[in-house]
Amino acid sequence: MSDAIRSANDTVANNTVAHDDSVFGAEEMELNFGPQHPSTHGVLRLKLKVDGERIVDCYPIIGYLHRGTEKLFELNPFFQNVPHTDRMDYVAAATNNLAYVGAVEKLIGLTVPPRASYIRVLLCELQRISSHLLWLATHAIDIGAMTPFFYCFRERELVLDLFEQYCGARLTLNCMRPGGQPFDLPHGWVDTCREFLELFPAKIDEYENLLTNNRIWKKRTIGIGVLSPEVAVEYGITGPMLRASGIDFDLRKAMPYEIYDQVDFEVPLAENGDTYDRYLVRMEEMRQATRILEQCLDQLPEGALMAKKARVLKAPKGGEVYHGIEGPKGEIGFYIVGDGKPIPHRCHVRAPSFINLQSLPELVSNHMIADLVAIIGTTDIVLGEVDR
Amino acid sequence: MPGLLQWLDEFAGPTLFEFAVSPTLKILALLFLFVLPLISYIVLAERKILGYIQARVGPNRVGPWGLLQPIADVVKLLLKEDVIPVRAVRWAFVLAPCLVVAPAFVIFSVIPFGPPSTGEGAPNWFITDVNTGLLLVIALATIGVYGLIIGGWASNNKFSLMGGLRSAAQMISYEVPQGFSVVVPILLAGTLSLVGIVQAQEGHQLFGLLPRWFVFHPTGIFAFFVYMVAGIAESNRNPFDLPEAETELVAGFHTEYSGMRFALFFLGEYANMIVVSAIAVTLFFGGWLPPFDFLGMAFLPMGLGGVLWFVTKLFAFLFVYIWFRGTFPRYRFDQLMDLGWKWLIPMALILVVLTALLKLLFPS
Repeated sequence: MSDAIRSANDTVANNTVAHDDSVFGAEEMELNFGPQHPSTHGVLRLKLKVDGERIVDCYPIIGYLHRGTEKLFELNPFFQNVPHTDRMDYVAAATNNLAYVGAVEKLIGLTVPPRASYIRVLLCELQRISSHLLWLATHAIDIGAMTPFFYCFRERELVLDLFEQYCGARLTLNCMRPGGQPFDLPHGWVDTCREFLELFPAKIDEYENLLTNNRIWKKRTIGIGVLSPEVAVEYGITGPMLRASGIDFDLRKAMPYEIYDQVDFEVPLAENGDTYDRYLVRMEEMRQATRILEQCLDQLPEGALMAKKARVLKAPKGGEVYHGIEGPKGEIGFYIVGDGKPIPHRCHVRAPSFINLQSLPELVSNHMIADLVAIIGTTDIVLGEVDR
Repeated sequence: MPGLLQWLDEFAGPTLFEFAVSPTLKILALLFLFVLPLISYIVLAERKILGYIQARVGPNRVGPWGLLQPIADVVKLLLKEDVIPVRAVRWAFVLAPCLVVAPAFVIFSVIPFGPPSTGEGAPNWFITDVNTGLLLVIALATIGVYGLIIGGWASNNKFSLMGGLRSAAQMISYEVPQGFSVVVPILLAGTLSLVGIVQAQEGHQLFGLLPRWFVFHPTGIFAFFVYMVAGIAESNRNPFDLPEAETELVAGFHTEYSGMRFALFFLGEYANMIVVSAIAVTLFFGGWLPPFDFLGMAFLPMGLGGVLWFVTKLFAFLFVYIWFRGTFPRYRFDQLMDLGWKWLIPMALILVVLTALLKLLFPS
């Protein structure tokens, strides 16, 4: 999108809290926020220092969901690692799959047939929608708006149904293989998908009706957790969070993978980098995802699904590769080192949630506890990916 | 039953009967026949209505259309273990839920659910008509908040403490505009008695097109607005449900409460909802009065038509409460205080002055 969704002067200048405790001898309180807390989106623990309700210091503690995924990658043949990727960002399995199989294909040198590429993009964009819907649902309920939660889950259900029709799974899809796609689209899938795409934009309007111009929603999100472009770049933040700060960087445009160079879509941008802008950017991303899906369905070619490949995939000796794609939460990338064996020698994941989460202490400083909840919601973290 | 009453009359003597036994019986009857069933079915109605707002069905498993759900809920809550945290301040922890519930129930004694006795056999549709009724209501409503603060403090939990602090902040921000906003109907009616205030709203204005309810008065409508916002804030309901904001403070002041003690907080919240709505109906929407005389259902015996109108209006307000909950996000605690101090209090003050001026200039 060439012009930003919202201009900079739209901001409420001072929505943070001024405070002066020189009058009363106030003491700071240490508050353990999580790991069992309804709105830390999993098992994130924050050690907060609060002065009344104002947050003085925030120290995130992670690792409660650590499963040693990266080490597990070194134990299995390449294709058997795909299910592990499902369980990292468990609300966006398809994009994780694609990042991993993309890296393996790059390492081994496989060319994916076009039909498989299109199916992958279809799955990934559906996954983007479902991930953003889950984000919106939880983000809204964190701020106290209860109803969007149910609306989002209603539509997310349709996306999950599409996944189920394709691969039998709804959450942990395991729907891609190095070299191509394991199955073709089942009979009638394209029509069901088109039905969903026809219905979905109106549903986005429905969510926006409830939230976008709601005064309370605006009061709670505008000017909250402002992430300046410089800080965003320094932290290596990617995805909608980065674009809400006004930096036009989307791997689908910057380094097109699969068939993203053949579809026409816009990258939504905003300027202020606050919670409201991140909300707007993600809402617009859902609309753009719908556009991409429509074009993919129109252009969907016939043909093979799997590249010609050896029966046992072996990585070249000393080969190392990094492949990143634009996931719903940011750049999800896999760094794989091969040593001539059919298993990866080393695998490292660039997890967008983990990297985006690092900015949290900076975002929440001097905000209130209620804002902290809004900011955690807007960073859109999934702890399975943070802790791996 | 009449035999029992007669026996009580003889046993207690006429004075004691009139001033102690009879009101107690009336209060108990009101509580157990009206308020408690109403509350439990409002909870069910809320779950149903929220369900339909949110594209789901709501409870439908216990009994036909889920009608027995409230009973199942109460049984469940009664059977739950009653946990008192080891390091809680025991007496305060036990006292807090009572402090929330008791005042909310006492207020029902002055609310006129229907017209005073119209003649032979027709009862007064209220327990008592105190000539300072409205003051009593405000005073009692204020006590309820102490339960929240004490409960939050006594739990010895940081989240509870914050919930308690929030309700303290909420109380001072919203008692004041609420107090000022009810001055407007007092000025218009010239009495503090709730029955008197309703009676002052009889008749029509604008060539009989509009009832003379205070909500249709030029300042009354704004006073109603202020009262309603403050009232929602006072009953801790969305969008002002900060003391128990479940996504921020886990469950706020009642995080550590379980079983029936939790249920008491719950009861208190819903009783407060009903009280705020009932007072709004009484002060601004003509209480038991029908909008037009031909809708008055005068054919019903014992002034029941008035009761029906009161209950209808009450339900309309309760529906609005539930509707709000399905629609709005939550305010932040400092924004809520902003709203109270910067908007509602000045507005209410101006309204009081304006109403007094209007009354002075146009005494009729």
